[in-house]
Amino acid sequence: MSSTAGAAPPRHRATPPSSTPAPRRSSYRLGRWDLKYSPYLYIAPFFALFGVFGLFPVLYTVYVSLFDYELLSGTKEFTGLENYRVLMEDAQFWNAAYNTLGIFVLSTVPQLIVALILANLLNRQMRGRTLLRMGIVVPNITSVAAVGIIFALIFADRYGLINWLLGTVGFDPIAWRDNRYASWFAVAFMVDWRWTGYNALIYLGAMQAIPKDLYESASLDGASAWRQFWTITVPLIRPTILFTVIISTIGGFQIFTEPLMYGFGLVRGGADHQFQTLAMYIYEKTFTGNAEYGYGSAMSWLLFMMIIIFALINFALVRRSVKGDRK
Amino acid sequence: MTTTQTLPRSVTPLPPTPRRRRRGRAPAAQLWQASPLTYLALILGSVLSIFPIIWSFIIASRDNSAVYEMPPTPGDQLFTNIDRMLANEDAAFVYGLVNSAVVSSVVTISVIFFSSLAGFAFAKLKFRGSNALLLVIILTMMVPTQLGVIPLYLMMVELGWTGTLQAVIVPFLVQGFGVFMMRQYAMSAVSDELIEAARLDGCSTWRVYWNVVLPALRPAAAVLGLLTFMQTWNEFLWPFIVLTPDTPTVQYSLKILSSGPYQTDYVALFAGTALATLPLLIVFLIFGRQIIGGIMEGAVKS
Repeated sequence: MSSTAGAAPPRHRATPPSSTPAPRRSSYRLGRWDLKYSPYLYIAPFFALFGVFGLFPVLYTVYVSLFDYELLSGTKEFTGLENYRVLMEDAQFWNAAYNTLGIFVLSTVPQLIVALILANLLNRQMRGRTLLRMGIVVPNITSVAAVGIIFALIFADRYGLINWLLGTVGFDPIAWRDNRYASWFAVAFMVDWRWTGYNALIYLGAMQAIPKDLYESASLDGASAWRQFWTITVPLIRPTILFTVIISTIGGFQIFTEPLMYGFGLVRGGADHQFQTLAMYIYEKTFTGNAEYGYGSAMSWLLFMMIIIFALINFALVRRSVKGDRK
Repeated sequence: MTTTQTLPRSVTPLPPTPRRRRRGRAPAAQLWQASPLTYLALILGSVLSIFPIIWSFIIASRDNSAVYEMPPTPGDQLFTNIDRMLANEDAAFVYGLVNSAVVSSVVTISVIFFSSLAGFAFAKLKFRGSNALLLVIILTMMVPTQLGVIPLYLMMVELGWTGTLQAVIVPFLVQGFGVFMMRQYAMSAVSDELIEAARLDGCSTWRVYWNVVLPALRPAAAVLGLLTFMQTWNEFLWPFIVLTPDTPTVQYSLKILSSGPYQTDYVALFAGTALATLPLLIVFLIFGRQIIGGIMEGAVKS
C-alpha cells in the first residue's frame, strides 16, 4: 500500500498504514494544513506543560499571598496585603534574608573568580586535558543531598576533617555551626565546591571561541599573559560572564538543600537560625506547623522580587567592572 | 521546572557550529603551552574536587567507632554497612533507587522527545511568530520556578497526586533549555536539502521529524539526555515536598537516613550517599567527554 507520494519511489515507509490510497486532492490539502499548522502542534506541548506547571504556579503565588490561608485551622480568607505587613516586622524573615544574602555572596564571588582562573589554565595545550576537565567537574554530578551530608561531616565541630587539619597546624577548632559566619562559610563552600568546575567549563567553552590571532598580535605588541587575559579574554567572554552571574543569582537566592543537610535535615538552620535561608523559612512556614500557605506565598513573592533586583544589580556591577569589547 | 542549583546554566545563545574537539588535532597554533605550574594548579583543583567523594566512600567502609579517625584510610565494613543501610525499612533505600530510576528515565525520554520536536520546528519550519515564541522559551529559563512550589503543591493536592510518582514526573516533562539546545543543533546538523528531499518523497512533517531529523539529532539528544537524567536524579526540594516517606526517591531516602534516630549511624548514611552517587559516577566515567562537551557547547557567546 503505497503512499501519497505518487510517482516518486518511497524511500521511507509509507505514511499512515491504515489509509486507503488517498485521492490526490485531499492529500494536497492535508499537506497544506500540515505545513502551515503542524509547527504549532510541535511546540504546543512545551508551552502547555510549562504554562500549567511552571509559569502558572509562580504567578498564582501572588494571588495566594493575599489570603490568610492555613491548612490546619482551615481558614482561607482574603486579607489583602496583610501578609506583607506582617512580614515586614518578622525578624526571622529578615534574619533569613540576611543569611541568604551572606551565603550568596560567599558562594558566588569566589566561585566565579576561581572558575575564570581555572578556565584560563585549561585553555592551553596540555596532556590529559579530558582527565583534568573531568576532575574539576566531577563534583557537579553528585547530588546536593549527598554533598550536604558529606560536608556536614567535613565541617563537623569536634572531629571534623577541617578542624583536625586546623589542629595539626596548631589552630583552635572553629565552631562551624554555632558561629554564624563560619556556618555561612561552610554552606557557601559546598556550593563553591559543586559549581566552580562547571562554570570553569562554561568559561572555557567561551574562551575557545576567541580567535587566536588576537593573542598573537597582542604578543607581538609585547603584552604579558596577564595583560592579555584582562584585555582580550575577559572582555570577549563578557556575555558569558554576565550570563553566569544572572543564573548564579537566580539559583543562589533559592538555596535550600545545602543548608538543610548541613543542619542535619532540619529547616530551622541552626539553634538560632544562624544559617536558615529564605527558602528554608518559606518551607518551615508552609509545609510544617500550621501550613500557612498565604504567608509562605508572600515570602516567595518577595524572594522573587529580591532575585530580580539583585540580578539587575549584579548585572550592572559586572558590566561596569568588566570592560566589553567595543568593535 | 527546575530548582535551585539545577537551573540549566549553559544557556547563552550559541552559533550553531558543532565544534568537534578531538584530542591531538587541535587546529593550528594554540598559543600557550601549559607550564608545570599550570598542571600543578589543575591537579590540585582536581584533587580538591575528587577528595570529598573518595572520602565519603572511605567513611562508608569503616566501623562507626572509626568515623572520625585520621588519616583517611578505608576500613573493611563496606558491605556490612550497605546491608544495614538497605535493611532500614523507614528509608526504603532500594525502593528509592527504583523510583529515582523510573522518574529520571521517564523525564529524560520526555524531555528529549518534546525538545527535539519543538527544536526541529523552531530550526527548520516556517511559521508565524516563531522568533517571538523562541524568545519566550529562552525567557522561561530565567523563571525561578521553585518559587511557585506552594501553588504547585496545592495543585497536586487537588489532583490527588501527592505521594505519587507522577507528581515528580509531570511538572518536569518539558524544559526550555532542551528546546533551545535542540534548536541550535538542528540548525546546523540537518540540512534543508535533506528535508526537502524527504518532502518530495511524500513525507509528512511528522515523518520528516521521525525519519530524518530525529536520527540526525542523536548526538545532541544523548548529551541532553545525560544532563537531564543527572539533574532529575539529584532533584531534592520538590520530591521532598510532595512525596511521602513511603514513596521516596533516592534523595529522599538519604534525607531520612540523615535525620532523626538514624543520624548517629554515620557509616550507614555514607554507604547510602555512596550508593546514591555511584550510578551517576559510572555514567560520568563512561560519557564524561560527551558531558563536558555538552556543558561547553552551551557557553559560546551570544
